[in-house]
Amino acid sequence: MPFSIEEIYETARMILFEKLDIRTTTLGINIKDCVHSNFSIFKDKVRKKLVQNGKKLIKHAKQVEVKYGIPIINKRIAITPISMVMETHSTPRKFIEMAQTIDTAAEEAEIDYIGGFGALVQKGTTKAEKNLIDTLPDILASTSRVCSFLNVGTTNTGMNIDAVNLVGKMLLETSRKTKNGIGCCRFVVFVNAPEDNPFMAGAFHGIGEPDFSLNIGISGPGVVRSVVEKNRECNLTQLSDIIKRTVFKITRAGELIGREIANQIRVPFGIVDISLASTTAPGDSVARVIEEFGIEKIGAPGSTLAIALLMDAVKKGGAMASSSVGGLSGTFIPVSEDSGMSEAVAKSSLNMEKLEAFTAVCSVGLDMVAIPGNTPAETISAIIADELAIGIINNKTTAARIIPVPGKKAGEKVNFGGLLGKMPVMSINKFSSSNFMKRGGRLPSPIISLRN
Amino acid sequence: MQKELLFITVIGKDRKGIVAGISNLLFKKNINIEDISQKIIRKHFVMVMLVDIKEANSSMEKISRDLQTLGKEMGLIVQVQHENIFNMMHRI
Repeated sequence: MPFSIEEIYETARMILFEKLDIRTTTLGINIKDCVHSNFSIFKDKVRKKLVQNGKKLIKHAKQVEVKYGIPIINKRIAITPISMVMETHSTPRKFIEMAQTIDTAAEEAEIDYIGGFGALVQKGTTKAEKNLIDTLPDILASTSRVCSFLNVGTTNTGMNIDAVNLVGKMLLETSRKTKNGIGCCRFVVFVNAPEDNPFMAGAFHGIGEPDFSLNIGISGPGVVRSVVEKNRECNLTQLSDIIKRTVFKITRAGELIGREIANQIRVPFGIVDISLASTTAPGDSVARVIEEFGIEKIGAPGSTLAIALLMDAVKKGGAMASSSVGGLSGTFIPVSEDSGMSEAVAKSSLNMEKLEAFTAVCSVGLDMVAIPGNTPAETISAIIADELAIGIINNKTTAARIIPVPGKKAGEKVNFGGLLGKMPVMSINKFSSSNFMKRGGRLPSPIISLRN
Repeated sequence: MQKELLFITVIGKDRKGIVAGISNLLFKKNINIEDISQKIIRKHFVMVMLVDIKEANSSMEKISRDLQTLGKEMGLIVQVQHENIFNMMHRI
């Protein structure tokens, strides 16, 4: 036998008992070649390209799933940022029509989410991009599978505060137009957004990408928690080593699956994103990994160190396993989607400020955070700007997916349903930043951007 | 002719007829057993079979489904995986 029975069993156990899976396989599709002066023809070309390739993705992903006995949870599509192809068709009505065309195409191809209905506005906003942002509440309210993003800053350009101010207002309006504000779950605001991120809601097919690119997001909080559980006595150096070895294995499995699907569809393989992605399933939680380290409840003192250690080990194991690590490769620790995170909020262990601190050492942002529905737009923009400033200054991706929940106050529970999970609405600082945010303009790029 | 190798992992309680039941199904599908091994790991009975499906008379999907159905009838968990995944995870 070329492998020991223990090795075979280890792989089987990870999948069967520890919820190892491929969280997402995301096909990036360039739609710049669909642009046409006749808007009906344009829409039709987009629809055909998405349906045709979406069906191929589903078919081959299912075959690979059977071949390796590893579940592939989500099959998704990311497209060229929509604002780039809609400059000559940038009326609100046409944006809504295009979003609905993409929504229908997703349904026809049985793709749950298509990402990329957004824009890169880090240095400034064009008229078309402004129209897109103003129309987003109606776009998100009239579709169910279209995901949107904005990149409002980079370390090289600084941060477009005028765009951040638009986002606060836009989120409030979206929340009022959708039940429990659920439309906001399909919108992410970034700085330093990666062009090959496979995870929704922020995935898009970047402008430096080829015609197609197949990206993979692996998962494995359950697997990591299990090895930590078996090694209660070891010190932090040893703990890091154990996590590295485990992540090495799951990253290798992820890359194999990604390359095989890409080969079958005959498109280039892009990257494997090694983020530990939580789900609402018990045990499949990043918070529980941190708690297994010896922290009573995530948010307690020591949590920032613990999460820094975890992600550093994940990155080192992943980088050793594959030369194609990319995307976000941090952790989003989505509050509502991770049962341990949500419980820590309910027990007052985790607050907004601690969550923000996590993002300075590893994770990529304030993700799936419900806030009171009566929060002023300027305050929402200021929360986002704080989070994004961490990314700008530290030369890393940070992001926010914040959901103002209409009619709910801090502490009240909200259930977004299914994989989006549930959580208590988080309490936020009551003092105003309105006069500061109203200044607008652009945060200058930091000194570390001057590298040439 | 190059072989197409799969690992069949059977996990559960030891009982009579496990090897017989699975071998019989493989025989009907014209699948050759290359190697077989079993052990108790953390109180689980684990049996691993290495099989070649190059000349099999049904698809990988059907082989996998039928083995899992048979496993269920015998109260066992059956996992069927192409050998590549073990090469990637356990060998550098």
